[in-house]
Amino acid sequence: MNTINESLIPVLGVITDVRIDTPDVKTFRVVTPDGKKPFDHKPGQCAMLSIPGVGEAMFSITSSPTNEEYMEFSIKKCGCVTEWLHQAEVGQQLTVRGPYGRPFPVDEEFKGKDLLFIAGGIGLAPLRSVINYCRHYRSEYGRIDIVYGSRSKEDLVDYNEIIEEWVKDENVFVHLTIDREQEGWDGHVGFVPSYVKELGFDLNKTVVLCGPPVMIKFTLEGLIEMGYDKTQVYTTMELKMKCGIGKCGRCNIGSKYVCKDGPVFRCDELDELPDEY
Amino acid sequence: MQKITKDILIDKSIELLSSGKVNRVLGWKNGEFDYDVTPYVFKTEEEIKNDFVFNGFSGANFSKYLVKETLKSEEKVLVFLKPCDTYSFNQLLTENRFARERVYAVGIPCEGMADISKIKALTDEAISKISFEGDSIKVDTLYEGEFTLKCEDVLLERCVNCKSKKHVAYDELIGEDGEVIDSHRFDQVEELERMTEDERFLFWQNELSRCIRCNACRDVCPACTCEKCVFDNPESSLNNKAISDSFEEKMFHIIRAFHVAGRCTDCGECSRVCPQNIPLHLLNRKFIKDINSFYGDYQAGEEKGARAPVVNFTFDDIEPGEAVKRGDGDNA
Amino acid sequence: MRKCSLNSLSDIFSKISESNTLYLPVDTNEGAAFKKWEEGTVMSEALNTNRSAKDFFFPQTEDLMEFTVNKKEIEIIDTRKESEDFVVFGVRACDMRSFEILDRVFLTEPYDSYYATKREHSTIVTLCCTRPNETCFCTAFDIDPTNAGGDVTAYKTEEEIFFKSNTPKGEAFMKIIEAFTEETSDDSVNEIKDKTKAILKKLPLANLSKDSFGGGKTEELFEREEWEELSSACLGCGTCTFVCPTCQCYDIKDYNTGKGVIRYRCWDSCMYSDFTKMAHGNSRNTQIERFRQRFMHKLVYFPENNDGIFGCVGCGRCLSKCPISMNIVKVMKTLGGDK
Repeated sequence: MNTINESLIPVLGVITDVRIDTPDVKTFRVVTPDGKKPFDHKPGQCAMLSIPGVGEAMFSITSSPTNEEYMEFSIKKCGCVTEWLHQAEVGQQLTVRGPYGRPFPVDEEFKGKDLLFIAGGIGLAPLRSVINYCRHYRSEYGRIDIVYGSRSKEDLVDYNEIIEEWVKDENVFVHLTIDREQEGWDGHVGFVPSYVKELGFDLNKTVVLCGPPVMIKFTLEGLIEMGYDKTQVYTTMELKMKCGIGKCGRCNIGSKYVCKDGPVFRCDELDELPDEY
Repeated sequence: MQKITKDILIDKSIELLSSGKVNRVLGWKNGEFDYDVTPYVFKTEEEIKNDFVFNGFSGANFSKYLVKETLKSEEKVLVFLKPCDTYSFNQLLTENRFARERVYAVGIPCEGMADISKIKALTDEAISKISFEGDSIKVDTLYEGEFTLKCEDVLLERCVNCKSKKHVAYDELIGEDGEVIDSHRFDQVEELERMTEDERFLFWQNELSRCIRCNACRDVCPACTCEKCVFDNPESSLNNKAISDSFEEKMFHIIRAFHVAGRCTDCGECSRVCPQNIPLHLLNRKFIKDINSFYGDYQAGEEKGARAPVVNFTFDDIEPGEAVKRGDGDNA
Repeated sequence: MRKCSLNSLSDIFSKISESNTLYLPVDTNEGAAFKKWEEGTVMSEALNTNRSAKDFFFPQTEDLMEFTVNKKEIEIIDTRKESEDFVVFGVRACDMRSFEILDRVFLTEPYDSYYATKREHSTIVTLCCTRPNETCFCTAFDIDPTNAGGDVTAYKTEEEIFFKSNTPKGEAFMKIIEAFTEETSDDSVNEIKDKTKAILKKLPLANLSKDSFGGGKTEELFEREEWEELSSACLGCGTCTFVCPTCQCYDIKDYNTGKGVIRYRCWDSCMYSDFTKMAHGNSRNTQIERFRQRFMHKLVYFPENNDGIFGCVGCGRCLSKCPISMNIVKVMKTLGGDK
C-alpha cells in the first residue's frame, strides 16, 4: 500500500537561497535534502509548496526546466503561506509536490515562431521559466520580444537577470516600463496595455500574456485591436486550489479544472468557459 | 391547522402591492409537494396568485431575510410574521440589523406548524398528498392508504412548546392577538440538568457527534447575522469545516450557543433545519433558563431596544461565585 | 441466484462478520444510518439512510499524513493504512450509482489511494427498492432501482431475500453465505421487479426530464435569469452538499496537535462563501454564482467530462433536507421549462 504513489503526499524540500526581488517579492531556491531538483517540469507548470501547520499553496515554477540543479519560485507576499515563506531563511525545509497543470506548448505551437511575452508585476514569474527555456533552445525559436511593466523600478521582478542576461541575448528585445515617473529611471513610463500598442508588433507573433486580471483584459483588447487573433495569445489563470489534481473541486470553472486543464489557456479557449474568472 | 387561509394573505399582499405601500412581498412559495414550501420574494400580483402559499408547513422565520432584503431597495417590503417571528424581528432591530422603515410587517396568527418527519413517522415514508381540515390532517400515502392525524401530534418541537401567541411587533395585525404562553419548554432542559455529569456528557456526545458541519443552524439563525462569521474566517484558525478531532464538533455548537446567549429568542429554527436531527435548541434553552434564574425572567426580542442581562450591569446581578456554585450543585 | 428466509438473515450477518466488518442501515436518532453490525442489530426498514453511503469511501474527515516539525526541519510521515475488508449491506441503486460517479473522480489518474484502498476492500451488497418515496427520481438519470448492481444484488420480499452475484467479490460473498441459502432461478425476482417498476411509473417525479441538460449546455444555461429567483432564499449552508451522495469537493487542512501536524481533508461545499476565496479575490462572490455552480456542475459540467453521466442520482435527500426546500428538482423543472 505505502508503495503506491499518492499525489497528495509531498516530498521534502529545503530552501538553499532567498533572493529579494522587490519589496514584496522574494525568489526561493529549493532542492531536496540531498541536494537534487525535486522533480522535472515543463515551462508554465506549477507546484504545491507547504509549511506543515501553516498551509499549502500553489505556485508557478519560475526556474526553467533546463535548470537541472534546483527549482525557483518567485513569491509575492499576499496570504498566510506566502507571509510565512517571506520570513523563512536559508536552510528552512518545506514540502513540495507536483508538477501540476498544462504547460506552455513550447515544443509544439511555439516552435519556430516569433514570440512576444507580455507581463505585468508578479506575472513575470510564470513567464520566466518559458522565457529562459526558449533562450536555452534559442535556435528553435524566432525573434523574442519581452514587454514587462510594474509599478516602479523596484517592483520589477528579476530585474538583474533581465539587465544582465536577457537584454544581451541575440534577437531578444526587452521593453521595460513602469507606471509612474521615477528618479533614476530613463526607460519607458506608462501602463503595459498602452505600451504594447505603442510598440506596435507584427501580427505573426505568438503572444504569452500574464499579469493582474485588469492588465490581461486591457492588453488582450489592445492586441485584438491591433489585429491579433485570440488563437495567437496564451495566458495563465489563477484560481483557488487545494489538491492540484482536479479533484477537490475548487478551481472548477465550466467543465475545466484550472489546476489540471490550465493554468495555461489559449485565449480562445477561455471564451468557451463561463465568465467566472 | 391554521385559522387564516392563504387567500386572506394573498388579498392583503395584492392590496398592499397595488396601493404602492410595498413593492415586494416576502412570503412562502408552493413546492413540488404539499410540504416543501420555500421562502420567496414575490414581485408581481400574478406570481402571488399562482404561487403564494400559507399552510401548516409555512414554518420559515422570515426575520433574518430582512437583513438582506432591506439592503436591496429603499422601498418597503411586506413581510408576514408569526408571533414567534416577531421576537426575532425585534431582536434584529435592537441590534440595528435592518432599517425598520423599509419593512411593512403584517402579524398573522399561528396555530403551530407541522413537522413532515413526524407525519412520515406516523404514516408512511411515501406521501402523496397532505391536506389540512380544522384540527386534523389528512395524509394520503403511496403504500399505506389514507391517514387522519391530529395536528397536535405532528407539531414542530418549537410549536409543541410554543412560548407565545402574542405579536411583539407589527404594522398591522390580521386576526386577534394571542397571549404569552406558560410553556413547558424548559422541561427537557431540567431533565438534562438532573442527569449526572457523565450522563449529560454522553447525551451531548451522542447528539453532537452526528454533526456534519453543514452550518445550516448558523445560517438560518436570526441571531447569527455577523457579516463574517469567525468560523468562515480563514485567518481565525477556527474555520475548520469539519471535525479535526472529536473535540471540535462540540466546540462549534457550544461557542455558537455562547455567542447567541441573551439574544436567542428560542425561535427553534436551528433544530427545525438540522439535517441530522440534533436537538440544538436545548443548548440555547439551557442558556435562557440560566439567564432567567440568575437575572430574573428575560425574553430576548420581547421589547425592542432592551439590553440583555448578560450585557447589562446592575447591583443586583448574581455574583460569579454563586453562578458557578448553582451550575455545579443546585441544578445538577 | 440464491435465496433464504428472512429469518436466516441474522445468521447470515453473523457469518459475514466473522471475516468482514459488516455495515448495514439501522434506525437511530438521526434516522436510518449505516452502523456496524453486532449480535442483535436489526436492519432498518427505511427506504434509505439519512446520510448517503459516500462516507465509506470519502468520509467527512480523513487524515492524509502527518508531519513533525523541529525548528527548520520537517519530517513527512506517511500514515496511510490499508483498509480492512468490509461489507456494506443494503445500499440502494442511487447510492450505488454514486460510487461509480465518485470512482470517476477519485480513480482517474492521478489515483487517490485513500479512496482506492477502501473501495478495493469493500464488498457492496445492494438492495433493490420495493417502496420508492415521493422524493425519488433516480429513473430520470437512467438508474434502475430494480437492478441495483454492486458486487451482489439483493431483493427482499415479505418472507425471503434473494442474492445475485455480479462480480468476483460478489462470488466470494456468495461462498460465505452458501450454507444458509439455496439455489433458485433468476426469474424468482421478476414479480418483485415488475411490481416496483409499475410503482416507479406512478411516482410524482416520474416524468422529470434531464433532456434540457447535459454536456455542451453551458452557454444555454449559464446566463439564464431564473438562477436569481431559484437561489434567492438560499442560506448558503452546506446541507445539500453534505447529504448528497455525489458531492465530493474537499478541503485540505492542517491541524497542529502540539506534538506534530496532521494534514487532513474534509468535506467542503461550493455553496460556502470562502470556497473560492483567495488572498486577493473571489471568483464566485455571490450566492447566485455559488448556487449556479453546484447545479451546473451536476447537470452540465460533470456529464460533459464523463461520457454523459450526470452528477445526480435522484436519491431525493436534498429534497427532504434543504432548510428552505430548494433542490435540484425545482432547478431542473424551472430551467427545463416544465414549470
